[in-house]
Amino acid sequence: MSLAHRIIPCLDTDGERVVKGVNFSGLRDAGDPAALAARYNAEGADELVVLDIAAARDRRPTFLETIRRVAAELSIPLSAGGGIRTLEDGRAVVRAGADKVTVNTAAVERPQLISELSQEFGAQAVVLAIDAKRAGDHWDVMVRGGRESAHLDALEWARIGVAAGAGEILLTSVDRDGTQSGFDIELVAAVSKAVSVPVIASGGAKLPEHFAQVFTEGAANAALAASIFHDGIQPIGALKEFLAARGIGVRLPC
Amino acid sequence: MKVTLIDYGAGNVPSVERALQRLGAESQRTSSPECISKAKALLLPGVGHYAALVRALDSHKMRAPLVDAIGRGVPFLGICLGLQVLFKSSEEASELQGLNLLPGLVSALPSSVKLPHMGWNQLEKKRESSLLTGIEAGAYFYFAHSYAAVDSNGMAAATCSYGAEFGAVIEHKNIFAVQFHPEKSGDAGACVLRNFLRIAA
Repeated sequence: MSLAHRIIPCLDTDGERVVKGVNFSGLRDAGDPAALAARYNAEGADELVVLDIAAARDRRPTFLETIRRVAAELSIPLSAGGGIRTLEDGRAVVRAGADKVTVNTAAVERPQLISELSQEFGAQAVVLAIDAKRAGDHWDVMVRGGRESAHLDALEWARIGVAAGAGEILLTSVDRDGTQSGFDIELVAAVSKAVSVPVIASGGAKLPEHFAQVFTEGAANAALAASIFHDGIQPIGALKEFLAARGIGVRLPC
Repeated sequence: MKVTLIDYGAGNVPSVERALQRLGAESQRTSSPECISKAKALLLPGVGHYAALVRALDSHKMRAPLVDAIGRGVPFLGICLGLQVLFKSSEEASELQGLNLLPGLVSALPSSVKLPHMGWNQLEKKRESSLLTGIEAGAYFYFAHSYAAVDSNGMAAATCSYGAEFGAVIEHKNIFAVQFHPEKSGDAGACVLRNFLRIAA
């Protein structure tokens, strides 16, 4: 009996449709978020993340409607984020049906945002997303979709975020994101060791071995990926069976 | 039969509502003492801070009718904080009084493990459980909490272990409560809710 390692598909949306592409360039349509949510719910995903990567203010109502449609399909937890700048933004996504609010750039600019959300919804509902990029002997926090350095050490920022009330870290390796060359194990292990909260590893996943490695060597509590799930390159059921066969605790369908 | 959902502003009320709808059950949200007094079955979802729940119960004058209804035998299901509030008090807000319907205290899970206890975990059955009827022994349920009924004094029909063993399923007369979120626990969670609806019918 032990806590299962979570497999989390991520839906990057333009507010309305699931999109694929790195850093807003070459985005292409990858389907309807509600239809994908229903599929992952049935396939045994442990949780779902839906992000508004465009995060344009005028598209906000569309994204909230997307959260409502996705939540209606799920009997598993849902995290939502992208462009959450205020407590009121957080309230809106929770009211729309998200169990957790994911914050990133706005939290770097104003760490108080983490405390405000945590006080209102509890630490278990606040996910601090950190986009980290290797810079010599450390990792830099990147903001604005991974394009700008915040001149902040990722490990230090993770500790500050947890002290402010984040209940989970969603850690994306900017270097590995989109490469399908495997998670940045060193980064994940370092952050996992630095904080007392669960860490979701993201960026670089393709093979089942990548997941096994990030759970064992990286000490990740959960692993997130997008296109390998959307494209059916890596079915969730088969991935979990692979992990279970290696003695890695996962939730298998009964 | 309609389930009266005590709405104190917790984030998981809509998902509990949806989960009940999927099972074909009618539910009604309320924060009124009168509705609680008239309820045929009560459900208290909760997530977040213990103090927010206790303060909301008091400021909306829901505590007395809730304790009274449970005392009269109205079937009650508490979820997450809705389990924790049944005990005398919680370390999360030790200055506040819980409903004190069950002996025991709610305390912080040990810091030797990553907190919150977040994700899917399994149960250890301690005795026959009506809520777990028809559910396989190895089934997983979704947890998201840092405090738990570590000292649940034999009230637990099933426990979960994460840093410490704690009450995960409480069954005592008409009082039912789960530390996990059945509304987020896939098919196994739906089965727990269906069992409660059957008990309450």
